[in-house]
Amino acid sequence: MLNDEILLKIEKPARYIGGEVNSVMKDKEKVDIRFAMCFPDVYEIGMSHLGIQIIYDMLNRFEDTWCERVYSPWTDLDAVMRKENIPLFALESQDPVKEFDFLGITLQYEMCYTNILQVLELSGIPVWAKDRFGDDPIVIGGGPCSYNPEPIADFFDLFYIGEGETMYRRLLDLYKEMKTAGRSREEFLREAGKLPGIYCPSLYDVAYNEDGTIAAFAPRYGDVPATVSKEMVTELSDTYYPLKPVVPFIKVTQDRVVLEIMRGCIRGCRFCQAGQLYRPLRERDVKVLKDYALEMLKNTGYEEISLSSLSSSDYSQLPELIDYLMEECNRKKINISLPSLRIDAFSLDVMSKVQDVKKSSLTFAPEAGSQRLRDVINKGLTEEVILNGAREAFEGGWNKVKLYFMLGLPTETKEDIEGIAKLSNEIAKVYYEAVPKEKRQGRVQIVTSTSFFVPKPFTPFQWAQMSTKEEFLDKAYTVKEAVRNQLNQKSIKYNYHEADVTVLEGVFARGDRKISEVIYRAYKKGCLFDSWSEYFDNDLWLQAFEECGVSIDFYTTRARSENEIFPWDFISCGVSKEFLLREWKKALDETTSPNCRQACQGCGASSYCVGVCTEEKTGVSK
Amino acid sequence: MKLRIKFSKCGPMVFIGHLDMMRYFQKAMRRAEVDISYSSGFSPHQIMSFAAPLGVGIASKGEYMDIGVDSLTTSAQVKDALNRVMVEGVKIESVKLLPENAENAMSSVAAAKYTISFREAYAPDFDLFGQIDDYLAQKEIRVVKETKKGSKEIDLKPHIYEFSFDNEKQEVSLLVDASSSGNIKPVFVMEDYYRFCGRVAGEFDFIVTREDTFTNIGTDEKPDFVPLDYVGEDY
Repeated sequence: MLNDEILLKIEKPARYIGGEVNSVMKDKEKVDIRFAMCFPDVYEIGMSHLGIQIIYDMLNRFEDTWCERVYSPWTDLDAVMRKENIPLFALESQDPVKEFDFLGITLQYEMCYTNILQVLELSGIPVWAKDRFGDDPIVIGGGPCSYNPEPIADFFDLFYIGEGETMYRRLLDLYKEMKTAGRSREEFLREAGKLPGIYCPSLYDVAYNEDGTIAAFAPRYGDVPATVSKEMVTELSDTYYPLKPVVPFIKVTQDRVVLEIMRGCIRGCRFCQAGQLYRPLRERDVKVLKDYALEMLKNTGYEEISLSSLSSSDYSQLPELIDYLMEECNRKKINISLPSLRIDAFSLDVMSKVQDVKKSSLTFAPEAGSQRLRDVINKGLTEEVILNGAREAFEGGWNKVKLYFMLGLPTETKEDIEGIAKLSNEIAKVYYEAVPKEKRQGRVQIVTSTSFFVPKPFTPFQWAQMSTKEEFLDKAYTVKEAVRNQLNQKSIKYNYHEADVTVLEGVFARGDRKISEVIYRAYKKGCLFDSWSEYFDNDLWLQAFEECGVSIDFYTTRARSENEIFPWDFISCGVSKEFLLREWKKALDETTSPNCRQACQGCGASSYCVGVCTEEKTGVSK
Repeated sequence: MKLRIKFSKCGPMVFIGHLDMMRYFQKAMRRAEVDISYSSGFSPHQIMSFAAPLGVGIASKGEYMDIGVDSLTTSAQVKDALNRVMVEGVKIESVKLLPENAENAMSSVAAAKYTISFREAYAPDFDLFGQIDDYLAQKEIRVVKETKKGSKEIDLKPHIYEFSFDNEKQEVSLLVDASSSGNIKPVFVMEDYYRFCGRVAGEFDFIVTREDTFTNIGTDEKPDFVPLDYVGEDY
């Protein structure tokens, strides 16, 4: 444990002391495997993540395993640890991470990559996988970014591709068995690389073409699989779920009970990676969820519960679940925080019951400003639906609206961009039409936000050219200007972010193994906590790219041919490249695709024979 | 109906600040299924108030909070139910039912008793005991106290009720004003005493434990300090 003097000197010492409600203590002498599970960001962010809680709970249910948590030390403690040579430790036992068998690192967003190097370095674990030997922990990555692990492949011994509930037991058994048999680290990694869903980067060779694209990607040995297929839970109502999640002492970002109602999404928005990765849609049984909710509230004492999924309105038992929760929570004085539901009569009714209408705001995510571009991205939300929803909401007493859009989508034109301002204006107009003067509480408040589009692997837009920083900013200025030209401009507030981080995210998202050297150099120059604007230093990154001779444009703005081998092609997420290409062509053709409940588009996920793939289709109406 | 709950806080829990402790107890009440009262309104909150905030880094054997409850079981039931859901380092010491007219925890606080020992390598290099009597014999003890509104000069003397040193244990014992109007931080007294002795106290010299929090059932002139849970009864 850090000494009192250090703990009194640093910000929020509670980040580092462990001992929280429901944290798991075990006797380290009585377990075979010690697993350090790391979210490579500060405690308040990491503790808000459901996935870690699921894996933590599952691993600790295994009697032979003790899973502990590790988060990135904030910069103040980082400096102290380096100065005083204090090794990074896990929260529960406060033992050095280096003593553990495994260091699991969840990869939730690209901008945490330098934080991974901090965790490794402070732990005293060699940063490059090739430099590790003997008793160094096995460093294993997982989470959404592991679907293109290549930019960070050289830092990891293994990646777990897919949902964590299914393969860890076999991986741990293999580890135990080989450790007992006195087999080497290399032998273990070789065997692990043959397990379903497990990718061992050092077992694969990459060859490049002269233009920098990949010529071949293949296993070095005949017994190592050429394709790594994602792991997936087939029966979500019958698997691990953390009924006693760890409750932090300090306020964290997601400070409530989180009930994951389903995985996957039927919508098929073409920019969305999660919508493809987690196919097919699988629901949790509503009875199971009701029990979970009560038990988790009882075990944590939280005063709030929220539902989690990619699109909660598509959960078939939503009314039943919400009715039940509203009754229980009202009795227990517990708040329900609703995920962004599709705005319709049902959701407005629910929202008016669980939140203060005057204070809360409505959220729409049209993502694009024109119907043409919404068709390109397959966002099945029409202007009519948005305006009707807004009208009903305004009549119900709301007067705040949040709108989310993306800039830089494929085929985007100036008209599409200006459409963002026009749609914002139309919504304001609806307010002044729908609410008579005497009932208005001042002006309607519309907050329009844009983010910059990053093409992601395993989406139909994986072939798309990304905009440059200058183009992004031009687009943002266009929106700003257009908002100023609207009749209701005073009711509209427009937000956008800096574009530097987005460009880097674009590089990492579709990067290859050449990127690891850039990340290492940038880290050595002092890049850390890149997702925190106060720490992000674009100049250092640009220097690192230049020194490594790596072109940013190659990864972002370059046009990719249909038959290019992508760095992530060796992974199968259940959705075929042919399907994605079909969708890419439909996008360019401005043609929409129906959702999974309406008609199967033959993406490939039906081979799992679960969830929505086994449902009768409704056909395309309207 | 109001209950007064006494708890202790030690170990790593001393690094959990006052506001986080309140949040901790709000959740603990739900876990223990204590029938706590809620305020009315759109976002009801628990009826719970703390006696005297404890600084980060300070352990305590006598912290108090009052809660409102809608039904009564027994002191032992509430104490056990809460203790079953406590984390290591926090323990419920007593649960008492307050009389109808009892003053609330915060406004009834008059004094707090502290034990101060020395962090390893920071033990005083002078006879700490030697000058306490001289220090207290001063006509007044003028010090500059920093408050939120700026600094002001006050006389410490009437706020120090007991100040002694146990040579065997190498511990200072300090009973000082802890009322909301005149609260004195124990380290503040130590720093001033060091100054009196011609020394400078370092930021991390002292390990402070609050022994208990008291209310005054005597008069201002002739105080009679009793622990805050003295006013309640087992039920």
